[in-house]
Amino acid sequence: MELLNTHGGKPAASPKQTSNNMRSMIKNLAAKLAMPQLPKSAMFWTGIGMLLFFILVAAFGPLFIHGDPNAFSNDSLAPPSVKHLLGTTLTGQDVFSQLVIGAKLTLLSGFAAGVIATTLSVIMGLVSGYLGGWADDVLSLITNIFLVIPGAPLAIVLSSYVPNTSVWPIVFIVGLTNWAWGARVLRSQTLTMRDRDFIQASKLGGENNFRIIFFDIMPNLIAIVASSFIFTTIYAILTEISLSFLGLGNILAVSWGNMLYWAQNSGTLLSAWWWFLPPGLCVALLGSSLAFINFGLDTIVNPKLMMVPSKNRGKKAAE
Amino acid sequence: MRYFIRRIFFYVIALWTAVTLNFIIPRLAPGDPVQTLVGRSQGRIDPRAIAALELQFGINTKIPEWQQYFSYLGDLLHGKLGLSFEYYPTPVSTVIVSHVFWTMGLIGVASIMSFILGTLLGVVSAWRQGSIFDRIVPPALTFLSSIPYFYLALFFLYFLGFKFGWFPIIGAYSFTADTSQFSLSLLFDVLNHAILPALTIVLVSLAGWMVGMRNAMLNTLSEDYVLMAEAKGLSNWRVMTMYAARNAILPNITGFALSLGFVVGGSIIMESVFSYPGIGFLLFQAVQNSDYPLIQGIFLVIALSVLAANFLADIMYLILDPRVRY
Repeated sequence: MELLNTHGGKPAASPKQTSNNMRSMIKNLAAKLAMPQLPKSAMFWTGIGMLLFFILVAAFGPLFIHGDPNAFSNDSLAPPSVKHLLGTTLTGQDVFSQLVIGAKLTLLSGFAAGVIATTLSVIMGLVSGYLGGWADDVLSLITNIFLVIPGAPLAIVLSSYVPNTSVWPIVFIVGLTNWAWGARVLRSQTLTMRDRDFIQASKLGGENNFRIIFFDIMPNLIAIVASSFIFTTIYAILTEISLSFLGLGNILAVSWGNMLYWAQNSGTLLSAWWWFLPPGLCVALLGSSLAFINFGLDTIVNPKLMMVPSKNRGKKAAE
Repeated sequence: MRYFIRRIFFYVIALWTAVTLNFIIPRLAPGDPVQTLVGRSQGRIDPRAIAALELQFGINTKIPEWQQYFSYLGDLLHGKLGLSFEYYPTPVSTVIVSHVFWTMGLIGVASIMSFILGTLLGVVSAWRQGSIFDRIVPPALTFLSSIPYFYLALFFLYFLGFKFGWFPIIGAYSFTADTSQFSLSLLFDVLNHAILPALTIVLVSLAGWMVGMRNAMLNTLSEDYVLMAEAKGLSNWRVMTMYAARNAILPNITGFALSLGFVVGGSIIMESVFSYPGIGFLLFQAVQNSDYPLIQGIFLVIALSVLAANFLADIMYLILDPRVRY
């Protein structure tokens, strides 16, 4: 039983050598993956900075906005001024207030859908990868079916039946239709972890499956989980915005998607740029901040992506 | 061959799931879709249409659910998707057939273009890792793909279509065009109308292919066989294409098949923005009009075509990757 050697039994000379190597290798690997080792790239930190800005605006911005962002006034389609920093809508609502208040709902619903999808993908991926056998067959089948059944049309069909009284139906729909890809990635990663020595050791130590899956395997896959969470969140934000833009959400809530919906439906898209530009720009910046963070996380998951170009190739390419 | 049979088995189950979802969703939905429809039409609806709808969605009927399910399956096998409410009494299948061609053509060509271009850019980016090209193009394209699609599309529509007047801004062909027979001028007209929608689709989806290919190729570039090929003195071009890129492209091909679902979903927004008479625009209108039979039918057709595309990709994989053919 080679795996007992990692616990320091009484092995012969040569196996001990290999087991020591193995142990240091695993130690290195664990140190590399489990420790909060943050990427150093400028892109990653730019993304973090941008995201923090949006979170701060969403959390504390409403404190500085007085009055109802949906309140009508007589200033219809007023251009940006000191009184209305970003002008007003057709019905005289202040665009700046809507933008700040809308940040909260947009971020919250995006992240909520990301959390739902990631939780599902972690459970499905890790459990099916670790358990194997018929459980794996069944869970993989479900995952693959969700992967090939087109999510966006399904989301639109579902949202046409659900009454639009709040944003949460859309959040659930987006979360439930977007977990499969993450589950597939995590399953294949779990398969490579399953037979590692430290997992075998936990097994022999009498740990139950739940603990092995969520306390031994998951910490080692945290970078992949984070990356799939961010990816899903981007997709969720974009889907939510698009569904709102089509008028399939709760059109009375203040969110960036709804601002775009009203701006487009008022027919003033081209004359009142201050109404249509800001929410879309904010979505684009928010989306790219998350994408930049993902670039950074990718370099942890896969060190080959780090910016160390091979010298030889550089020379040859320059010739 | 075993792989092949397993895949067929899988697609049969996936198809069954899509069909069953299509049966369950209207029945689980809160409220009564038929009453919603009657309310919205303000009494202008044919009583026979109401009866047909109630039958289709299992409302006010004593027929047990399982019997409804089997008669639903039977209808599907005969291609019966019910009657559209909006275009009553045209069958849903007829309505869909007249729209599906536009989406297939536009989305198909645009996604293939985007895939090829993105993959090539990824190859170059990985080959010159750390170069100015590699530092600037991926983040720039990522920013483009973070913009909500309809937002980018509206910009293009405004500037290239409306302000500069380079491209038509609505529909798939001119209102004045003679569509009764094929002619060269009609072809040019259709192509002219397709450029703008296609361009926007390519722009937003490019980043995914590029980054995917770049990352996969960086992995193969560090393999020994690439070093070996370089050591043998093979030309740069040969090492890049036949050794590194060829082995890195497989994940992108799987991704391509899976992305078709997303692309068809995206077509709903694209076609709404450009008023393109495809299946996505039809779905959008059906949702706005609560035309439930049409919604159901379109979902089924989209699911079916995505499954078919995935199946084709599986066969392609079988040809490209000998390791699958054990």
